[in-house]
Amino acid sequence: MTDHRANQVNDKPLLPVLTTIFKHELMTAFQNRQQLVNPLIFFVLVLLLFPLGVDPSPQFLSAAAPGLIWVAVLLSSMLSLGTLFKDDLQDGSLEQWLVCGQPLYFLVLFKTIVHWLYTGLPIVLFSPLLALMLHFPMDNYSVLVLSLLLGSPVIALLGGIGAALTVSLRSGGILVSLLILPLTIPVLIFGTGMVLASIDGVPFMGQLALLASLFFLALTLCPLASAAALKMSVLNS
Amino acid sequence: MTQSLLDICNVSCERDDRLLFQNLSFSCTHGSLTQIAGANGAGKTSLLAILAGLLNPLEGDIRVDGNSIYDDMAAFHQRLLYFPHRPAIKLELTARQNLNFLIRLHGGRATQADLDSALQEMGLLGYEETLCRHLSAGQLRRVALARLIISEADVWLLDEPFTALDVQAVSDLEGLLSKKASAGKCILFTTHHTTQMKNYSKITLGGASDIDD
Amino acid sequence: MKWTFFHKLGSPRWFYDIAGRHYAWLMMLSVVLLCIGTIWGLVFAPEDYQQGNSFRIIYLHVPTAILAQSCYMMMATAALTGLVWKMKIADMFIAAAAPLGAAFTFLALFTGAVWGKPTWGTWWVWDARLTAMLVLLFLYLGVMALRSAIEYSDMREKSTAILVLVGVINIPIIKYSVEWWNTLHQPATFTLTEKPAMPPEMWVPLLVMVIGSYLFFTSLVFQGVRNEILQREARKSWVKKLLATEGSTSD
Repeated sequence: MTDHRANQVNDKPLLPVLTTIFKHELMTAFQNRQQLVNPLIFFVLVLLLFPLGVDPSPQFLSAAAPGLIWVAVLLSSMLSLGTLFKDDLQDGSLEQWLVCGQPLYFLVLFKTIVHWLYTGLPIVLFSPLLALMLHFPMDNYSVLVLSLLLGSPVIALLGGIGAALTVSLRSGGILVSLLILPLTIPVLIFGTGMVLASIDGVPFMGQLALLASLFFLALTLCPLASAAALKMSVLNS
Repeated sequence: MTQSLLDICNVSCERDDRLLFQNLSFSCTHGSLTQIAGANGAGKTSLLAILAGLLNPLEGDIRVDGNSIYDDMAAFHQRLLYFPHRPAIKLELTARQNLNFLIRLHGGRATQADLDSALQEMGLLGYEETLCRHLSAGQLRRVALARLIISEADVWLLDEPFTALDVQAVSDLEGLLSKKASAGKCILFTTHHTTQMKNYSKITLGGASDIDD
Repeated sequence: MKWTFFHKLGSPRWFYDIAGRHYAWLMMLSVVLLCIGTIWGLVFAPEDYQQGNSFRIIYLHVPTAILAQSCYMMMATAALTGLVWKMKIADMFIAAAAPLGAAFTFLALFTGAVWGKPTWGTWWVWDARLTAMLVLLFLYLGVMALRSAIEYSDMREKSTAILVLVGVINIPIIKYSVEWWNTLHQPATFTLTEKPAMPPEMWVPLLVMVIGSYLFFTSLVFQGVRNEILQREARKSWVKKLLATEGSTSD
């Protein structure tokens, strides 16, 4: 009887668990709607500062727009990612993740992607509007959005490492940015490089390919580090 | 059924350079209730974390059905119910949603009727649709404990399950644990309360010697 | 599991003795080498036909820059060792090496800026090497910031190791991207260290400086690790005994 039961429970597929987590995450997130708009508001606010603080002339703004938008995306991602795992640690969800018999790697990957869906994606979709206000050339909107679509998940995955490392620490906020921002430099370089190349009318497939490879690299490697950091944080909190 | 299910073999535990316990060995069978006792800081929670495979012991091995859990952690976790201090309840969701999530996360399935009857058995009749942020601390614990009624796992590790419960709920839970144990579950728990349960064995931790404080 | 136990208890004490026996002569030898190298480089080495005497800062810049980069690689090796074999000494090495690495990176940046003034006519240029070095400085500062934010030692060891390993995977990507970015923005930059073949009169003192710096670094790390050992093993009886005897006999 024991053997029978053991065999029965041994075979628990990952997919239903992921769908459950997906629903659970979205339900939790949409219960707290203000948190969903906050990164977006911050993103717009940062971009508002440049015309006011530097130069409102179309010449400056259109030249700087790719960089400005990318930096604003980076900063708002850092802020929203800082607390990625905080609630899950405090209420004990992470402990259940660790003992649910599924690889933590996939759970962390999934959680990060879902978080990107409701914080990063809205910003990406919103960026053309800001691009318009910054006199960014209309023809290149699709390239800008494409670069952000590939780049912002990488930022989210890298940020996930920072969030996992600092989740049980009191001094979370600024530490995450301090640890992770240097690591996001390649994404920034290739992302803005791609947009600038398209504005200049030169081929940008190279940058696109590099950005895509960073995306896949981050997708495979970052959850490893996040999962290891989370496991350790849970045990020491 | 007397063959042991869970074997703790010569386990030593060190946290932050402090030796908590050394060469701990005991066994639990199907249908056994075991209390882990010991003073604050004796390592009760650490022992449960080791048994859950979360914490690596300094030395020793944990075996389930004779196989080391370190050989196939996922398989062990799929038959484990680990109930730590923090009950994994999301305040933004309803009692039923929370319970459903916890069951499904561990690969189980429960119909709405199953969920509701488990919540009712925990004295939460009428609170199924209530957001957990509107429940009291004791009620939150009971939402989490409702897992025990549905769980298919056969190794249970409960860390302070009686915390924040009123007298009635404590005795209900004791009844539930006794019932589940006699149904073949292997249950280990820690508590500060003196329990009214019968037929349970007790492991006392404490007195690791070579540390000064 | 026995093996882990052996490493945990065995290593620090053994390392404390070894490091204690060697750090002093290493320091003396490194000071001698650094003095010889400096005087040789600054006074006797021939002038550069293009840059004149200003090139002589190479004798400070190159050793610090090499050390700054290889220090991170050593930390990454230690991090991996610590994670795989649970050797406590690995984390102590990182604890001792991170501030040194940051200091050497800062020195490399500083000497680079000083060199840049006569060569480029400005203190700071967004040159690929300098920029990558600046990012490296932030990686070191990140490691130090994370360490100071964590109290628990078990957790601090693992956190640091994970961060260092993530950093070391990123370093080549960062370097490559910064170089690519640099060619995009400044196609014809004069690079500092890629020179036409140096005559031996120039590179021998440089070699002396590099070796001297490595020995200097090793000696400082030995002392740093010894301090870490004393702090972390303070409750162990051998440390207590040691402190009691040293307290009564040392100067």
